[in-house]
Amino acid sequence: MTPAGTRVRVKTMTPPGHVRAPSYLRGKTGEVERVLGNFRNPEQLAYGLPAPEKILYRVRFTMAELWGDAAENPADTVDAEIYDHWLEEA
Amino acid sequence: MPHDHHDHLSPSGHPYRQDNDAPLTYFQRMEIAVRELLIEKGHLTPAEIATQIDTMDARSPANGAAVVARAWTDPDFKARLMENAGDATREMGFDIGPLHLVAVENTADTHNMIVCTLCSCYPRNLLGLPPDWYKTRAYRSRAVKEPRAVLREFGVDLPETTRIRVHDSTADMRYIVLPARPPGTEGMTEAALAKLVTRDSMIGTGLPLAPENT
Repeated sequence: MTPAGTRVRVKTMTPPGHVRAPSYLRGKTGEVERVLGNFRNPEQLAYGLPAPEKILYRVRFTMAELWGDAAENPADTVDAEIYDHWLEEA
Repeated sequence: MPHDHHDHLSPSGHPYRQDNDAPLTYFQRMEIAVRELLIEKGHLTPAEIATQIDTMDARSPANGAAVVARAWTDPDFKARLMENAGDATREMGFDIGPLHLVAVENTADTHNMIVCTLCSCYPRNLLGLPPDWYKTRAYRSRAVKEPRAVLREFGVDLPETTRIRVHDSTADMRYIVLPARPPGTEGMTEAALAKLVTRDSMIGTGLPLAPENT
């Protein structure tokens, strides 16, 4: 488990299906805001397949990281819920 | 996109709404087939389905407003709400099902706003059905990229010094914004305070009403 405050990057993979990691966050680096606990992986659950539990995190990204110079205010943030298997340490 | 009846009015002044004469879509057919099978095989009755629809329709932002007003007047409740919003709202008697709810608090220097970029996740048990704009591509894509511009369109113009935190409900959590209690509301009852809490103030696209506006 990755504790709150850890810098993490969303993996850039592009699997098909009911994926809950939005593409605008892929490849972006943020900070774990809190650990939400274990949830059954919706990527399998959505298809009625055996869905093992995965750790779910809330990850905070700055607008500067997401949009670069196009950010309205670079210090504003987006928090999103990202599953463990989508994250790598940054 | 055809605009046959787009800006036409009937003789009585009402906008035309086209009859739904188009063939059923794949998912409409599937819904009817599954519903009829569930009834035919005795799993559900039509009355149970109608009751469930009534229950869904009866949920309204008044539920969320009661939660906010309680948090404004009861610091212990507010602490429990921030710790575990699901348990705190259950404690008030709201049936929020298996929902995992996170409350995010607006303060003097922080403004929170909720979106679901992937679909239309929304705390329905506390706020009722989401407004149509919440489900549009325009809101879903712009809220994470230019929240300040979106907020200005909703009449909320925040200084650059206010930190905006957008919350994208991408997976299992649902969010409710705990707006800041408006000034000039000291001494108001919980019930009177609840009337100041608008739906949009709990999505984060609006602010609570000022007491003189109610």
